[in-house]
Amino acid sequence: MDKRSVVQWLSTLLYNANLPGFVQGRIYRGPLKSLCVPGLNCYSCPGAVGACPLGSLQSSLSGVILHFPFYVLGLLLIFGVLFGRAICGWACPFGLVQELLYKLPTPKIKLTPAVQRFTLLKYLITVLFLIVLPLGYYYVDGIGIPAFCKFICPAGTLEAALPLASVNTGIRSSLGALFSWKLVVLLVVLAASIFIYRPFCRFLCPLGAIYSLFNKLSAYGIKVDMEKCIGCDKCLHHCPMQCQKVGDRECIDCGACAKVCPTKAISLGKK
Amino acid sequence: MIKQRILVLLTGLAFLGYGILTKEYLKVMRKAVTICLECIGIG
Repeated sequence: MDKRSVVQWLSTLLYNANLPGFVQGRIYRGPLKSLCVPGLNCYSCPGAVGACPLGSLQSSLSGVILHFPFYVLGLLLIFGVLFGRAICGWACPFGLVQELLYKLPTPKIKLTPAVQRFTLLKYLITVLFLIVLPLGYYYVDGIGIPAFCKFICPAGTLEAALPLASVNTGIRSSLGALFSWKLVVLLVVLAASIFIYRPFCRFLCPLGAIYSLFNKLSAYGIKVDMEKCIGCDKCLHHCPMQCQKVGDRECIDCGACAKVCPTKAISLGKK
Repeated sequence: MIKQRILVLLTGLAFLGYGILTKEYLKVMRKAVTICLECIGIG
């Protein structure tokens, strides 16, 4: 197992260290829940010991009183400027799930440049589901909703709904049409992950969209020594995220490019 | 690049500090310690 896989597994276990929660069907309610973890991890997961950054961001525009999310944005700015999308590649449980499914021995689909353009969809989803819809509901109904969590987030379905419903009869009996929709979204993402590398991260994830804004700026990540680079493009041919340029907004700092570079021009570390 | 990085980091720290001072972390915690009905598909 390489270093990145070890860190991915450790992060997943660390974010979800409340293991008794899975058996009891209850979530952790301690003080650590005031701290957002950097990756996508539903805070209603019975194992979750921290808060979800996306859920926490949306909660500022949900409810009856709106407030500017200084605390959560502050954490996202710090995570982003330090690590950018390395968090996606090294410390996101849902990213790990997709990668594990991609390891299944099936034919794999490389996206065409035309389809690659749809990676911009995650920015539209970020604006629509994290800002516009919550505010829209607030102004129409007087109460905002966490629209991404409610209508899309497959991590919530996988990590929270399914484990809780499996041991908690009250929750199980309350599930209805919304859960059915979310289950369809989850199953489509999981099925797509078998054939396409990290489809959720590339097309749908608002957290990936936010962190991608910091990729060029981040303190740690992939860097290229242009004096050693011979322009062979082996890095790009082997990039699982199909980046157009090493370290661009789609780069999750997985290091696949560094492994194949014939001149060792690419490295992962402090930029 | 380093100047921009430092600026963003300082802004993040300022936001975080302000959020701690105004006890915004308690609002985060209050949401996180309650089962999110939207997240699990109950609504």
